[in-house]
Amino acid sequence: MSTAVYERIRKNPKFDELVRKRSRFAWTLTAIVLGIYFIFIMVVAFNPMLLATPIWEGGKASIAWPIGAGMILLFWLMTGLYIRRANGEFDDINSEIIKGAVE
Amino acid sequence: MNRVILKYALGALAMGWLGLAAAAPAVGEAQKQPLNVHAIVMFFIFVLATLGITYWAAKRTKSASDYYAAGGGITGTQNGLAIAGDYMSAATLLGLTSMTYFQGFDGYIYCICFYVGWPFIMFIMAERLRNLGKFTFADITSYRLDQRQVRTVAAIGSLTVVVFYLIAQMVGAGQLIKLLFGMEYWMAVVIVGVLMVIYVTFGGMIATTWVQIIKACLLLGGGTLVMLLAFSRFGFSLEELASQAVANSKKGMALMAPGAFLSDPVTAVSLSLGLMFGTAGLPHILMRFFTVPNAKEARKSVFIATLCVGFFFTVVALMGLSAITIVGTNPQYFEGGDLAGKLIGGGNMPAMHLAHAVGGNLMLGFLSAVAFATILAVVAGLALAGASAISHDLYANVIRQGQATETEEVRVSKVSSLFLGVLAVLLGIAFEKQNVAFMVGLAFGVAASCNFPVLILSMYWKGLTTRGAIWGSIAGLVSAVLIVVLSKAVWVTVLGNEKPIFPYEQPAIFSMPIAFLMAWLGSVTDTSARAAREKEAYEDQYVRAQTGFGAAGAAAH
Repeated sequence: MSTAVYERIRKNPKFDELVRKRSRFAWTLTAIVLGIYFIFIMVVAFNPMLLATPIWEGGKASIAWPIGAGMILLFWLMTGLYIRRANGEFDDINSEIIKGAVE
Repeated sequence: MNRVILKYALGALAMGWLGLAAAAPAVGEAQKQPLNVHAIVMFFIFVLATLGITYWAAKRTKSASDYYAAGGGITGTQNGLAIAGDYMSAATLLGLTSMTYFQGFDGYIYCICFYVGWPFIMFIMAERLRNLGKFTFADITSYRLDQRQVRTVAAIGSLTVVVFYLIAQMVGAGQLIKLLFGMEYWMAVVIVGVLMVIYVTFGGMIATTWVQIIKACLLLGGGTLVMLLAFSRFGFSLEELASQAVANSKKGMALMAPGAFLSDPVTAVSLSLGLMFGTAGLPHILMRFFTVPNAKEARKSVFIATLCVGFFFTVVALMGLSAITIVGTNPQYFEGGDLAGKLIGGGNMPAMHLAHAVGGNLMLGFLSAVAFATILAVVAGLALAGASAISHDLYANVIRQGQATETEEVRVSKVSSLFLGVLAVLLGIAFEKQNVAFMVGLAFGVAASCNFPVLILSMYWKGLTTRGAIWGSIAGLVSAVLIVVLSKAVWVTVLGNEKPIFPYEQPAIFSMPIAFLMAWLGSVTDTSARAAREKEAYEDQYVRAQTGFGAAGAAAH
């Protein structure tokens, strides 16, 4: 039963659109996360003292801590961005495609 | 003596597994403490509550889907907490606090490396896992490949990960409980084993998930409370916290910048790869994606899990930083009251001493009980994943070739979890005096090299054939195990040889490319008719992975 339905879904131009949009979005976010992470690790490896810069002039607390916390927060917000589109826009196209193929 | 601890912390940092197997460095140092009444009472309450849940879950567990995947009836938020629970072990709480206590910012870098795998799982894996899987991750790898062969190697990979991880948790549990509760080592191991088997055999995935959720809430709540109490001593000022830490630590300003973490880039990158992709290859974490009804909820669960894990790591780093001043200047927490000496209970104790310093015996007892509960929840998840690999993959699909009834399959799974429980207790007792830190390394190495490459290829690469999957899995498994055995962690520390044969202890950077290469080579040279059929079947699989059409849904109740 399902092969025929899969065939119909595959032929629907909306399916290609969904896959293209969602993949591009997912891979862009992945690239941003990995890029930021890679830059951070490079700074840690080659210029660690940059992170020792005090937040407040003459203070001891370094910018390393807020930068670390900021990365964690940013990555989490990006997963939020992804599900916002995936659970809304993308899933709407998805259920439309499936409805069209089953009928 | 402080130098010795520092050296140990540094060594463990280089080895990288402190965060996971933190209880392990306590091996040999864990002296028995006086009986901790608060902790025992609170732990008793936790056990009663979880047994109540198990009873409730047992009545609701009727079909195989209920047993393996909680009938697909867990919501995204609940599952997110459970996934986070699987990831935040007692070792995370103790080990990462201790790392920040001794190393400052390096501890937080470690947390970030540990965390960055989550967004990746969200963007690349979550929806495909949910759309293709049913009970175990082998359902996905064998989707269009030869059931018997691919499931056999997947089950070997799963069981290797589960057994090594279980041993490490058991030994850690025994040491920790001896230390925190003042109980005999063997008694602690037996209690953990018995409770684990009860949760899994009677309550299946429903009980295991709820135990994990309760524990995640307790751990997050307890950690946050201790952190807030400690941070209030510095008027919630980061500057105040930092300047006092710098003034009170022998490391001084070095606390505020990266230090030894990347002194060896190969180890650091390899560790990072192993943590990131190992997480995406752990059978007990992958199973969690099948407990939610659809891809929407699967995504939501990763969102919640990412929040909890990131928040918890930040709490733990703040705890470590506060402990430098609060614990590090209080002679009460040092052996013989000597501030230059060893911490009572060993290098993993800053979190516990901090709890005592800010909240007295009651808070110490609470945090100890949470640590014990955490271990229980993690081993239950592991045992269920191992039992499923035996019953669903090996028994139902390899031996009986899909002809077993659900009742038979679930029965085999229950017997398997009993068998795994007995095995875990025996091995836990046998390895009491061993340093088991390398076993967690091995578990993550095998997960990243044997399970992950074939899993991701099966979802993303049309060209993967049965032969490629088998070659890739076996190459990843063998190379990861060999590298760990020939490295210092086993060859020198465990086997007592003079020099390691292989210079690096983290296998991922070597064994992952080997696995991918062999999977590719095995596939492209496969010109059999079966291989052609398998490539053709990718089309349907691809549509299902993208749309979720035909995915195993929530069970009909």
